[in-house]
Amino acid sequence: MATKEIKPADQWIDPATGEYRVIAPGQTFRSVTEKIVRIVLTPHTPMGWFALFTVAGGGATVLLTAVTWLFLKGVGIWAITQPVAWGFAIINFVWWIGIGHAGTLISAILLLFKQQWRNAISRFAEAMTIFAVVCAGMFPLIHVGRPWLGYWLFPLPFTMTVWPQFRSPLLWDVFAVSTYATISVVFWYIGMVPDLATFRDRSQNKFAQYFYGLVSLGWRGSIRHWMRYETASLLLAGLATPLVLSVHTVISFDFAVAVLPGWHTTIFPPYFVAGAIYSGFAMVLTLAIPLRKFYRLEALVTDRHIDNMGKVMLVTGFIVGYGYGMEAFMSWYSADHWEAFAFWNRAFGPMGWSYWVLIASNLVIPLTTLWFRKLRTNIAYMFFISIVVNTGMWFERFVIVVTSLYRDFLPSSWGTYRATKWDYMTFVGTLGLFTFLFLLFVRFLPMIPMNEIRMILPQAKIKPKATVEAGD
Amino acid sequence: MPAREGTYGLLAEFDTPSDLVRAASKAREDGWRRMDCYTPYPVEEAAEAIGFHRNKVPLLTLIGGLMGGAAVFALETWISVLAYPLNIAGRPTYSWPAFIIPCYEWTILWAGLSAAFGMLALCGLPALYHPLFNAPNFRNGATTDKFFLCLEALDPKFDLAETKTYLQSFQPNSVVEVDY
Repeated sequence: MATKEIKPADQWIDPATGEYRVIAPGQTFRSVTEKIVRIVLTPHTPMGWFALFTVAGGGATVLLTAVTWLFLKGVGIWAITQPVAWGFAIINFVWWIGIGHAGTLISAILLLFKQQWRNAISRFAEAMTIFAVVCAGMFPLIHVGRPWLGYWLFPLPFTMTVWPQFRSPLLWDVFAVSTYATISVVFWYIGMVPDLATFRDRSQNKFAQYFYGLVSLGWRGSIRHWMRYETASLLLAGLATPLVLSVHTVISFDFAVAVLPGWHTTIFPPYFVAGAIYSGFAMVLTLAIPLRKFYRLEALVTDRHIDNMGKVMLVTGFIVGYGYGMEAFMSWYSADHWEAFAFWNRAFGPMGWSYWVLIASNLVIPLTTLWFRKLRTNIAYMFFISIVVNTGMWFERFVIVVTSLYRDFLPSSWGTYRATKWDYMTFVGTLGLFTFLFLLFVRFLPMIPMNEIRMILPQAKIKPKATVEAGD
Repeated sequence: MPAREGTYGLLAEFDTPSDLVRAASKAREDGWRRMDCYTPYPVEEAAEAIGFHRNKVPLLTLIGGLMGGAAVFALETWISVLAYPLNIAGRPTYSWPAFIIPCYEWTILWAGLSAAFGMLALCGLPALYHPLFNAPNFRNGATTDKFFLCLEALDPKFDLAETKTYLQSFQPNSVVEVDY
């Protein structure tokens, strides 16, 4: 799609504000419902969906293969050894969790700030969160080497009477990530209930009616239910906000609490959270751009959404940039030999290329171009940027994990790190699994919250005459 | 318990939320109490109109959150001090600052679960059957684009014929009788 000309006559521009419209003009309650319903309640699944599903299923199979072999042979098939004991598994864990954060930001934080443009993209951003957390949560579990003992992570009374150690950030992680996964699923499902009821009422075939009838819990749109539902949503949003900030903070503690130069910094928590949101918005764009094209949802996911996400990325990108700057500054200002060496080694050591990939794709490319509205509303360009930032953020985690570890205090223990094919297969496999789950979601569940879209239509405004009479 | 036979109530269908709010607030003024509105998205004004101002979800959330936080803090203390004391670099066994993080997470977890399940419980959901689903026009509209006002038979003012005329005076699309 070519860049849109910005002139007042453009139907996508709201003449009142001069901003791009959140929703295309001329929509009705029924038309927005039909737009979403027809995607799911159709007997004809588009061929493109099947094609993608096959590819994604292939990816998920690669993951299954890699993990099966891992369980048979042990973590030795990965490149992890001394001194780099944390390799791809932790990089991917942090990367995936970070991606999930944008979903919560859109669904919770922007809800609290009453940003109506979030409504159209909140549902699939939440779905993205959940599937990203699924992919992320797997990594620590398979990284422990004996995943069948994974339940030792939880404070459970079992016969060995061994209990977890509550002073360890790794245990805090267990609490943070499991809470995050649970609350995300609950928030997502509760949000979906009224839309599932719409599916129940609009579906023509018996099986769909039973299925959506069961999962919609008998929702009937009673105003008393709606008000409790609104309170619960608001509370869940209010709870998810400190939660999402705490999750990446706790993950950054895994690094920051260690005494390793390059990890032991106080900038880590805010810088991790900003980075998480940065990469998450990039992933929302990666998903939203093809989705709205494929399902012709440009009336609901408009250029305004793309534009706004570009702005959020610009801001979080600068916070991330500040983080990089502060790391560099502290390595000099601390006057600590090891800190200075860690930074020098990061940027100019044998793996220095990875640092420059991250600087180029997280700072140089996006932060010089996202200033321009013309570029922010150029769909092809934004898709490109989203891929660039996702790559850059993956490299950020690579830089943090690997380049801090492979050359530590004692030169005699220096080593290197080169990922094996099993590392790559596991990573590519999670991309496959993520896409696989996401495609299932798009096919069977409401990917755009219909009830929230109805709320922002002009018809939803109560006429003044009614409010005057409504006084108690 | 309401009687499970006969008429549940009368259901009036409106095209716009404004008509619904107008009708609902008039009915409330005229003394109706057993009534409810059904809308495809939350219409705050309609809740105000029928006099539903506050709900217990926040209270449940608060209780749940406090319980979650207290539960995990107690668990951490019991494990670290009594059940399985570990000497980690000479730190005191009761190292409460480190306990705050799981405590924080579980406060959120329990509060969130209480908000979600408490909301469902207060609404009486899941309830897969409801008399309103018997109304011929309910399912086509209530979750898509129509706005309903239901005056229930349990209200002392309810009289099938009179109430029907009363509802007609709001000029709805239709008024239908809903059976259990």
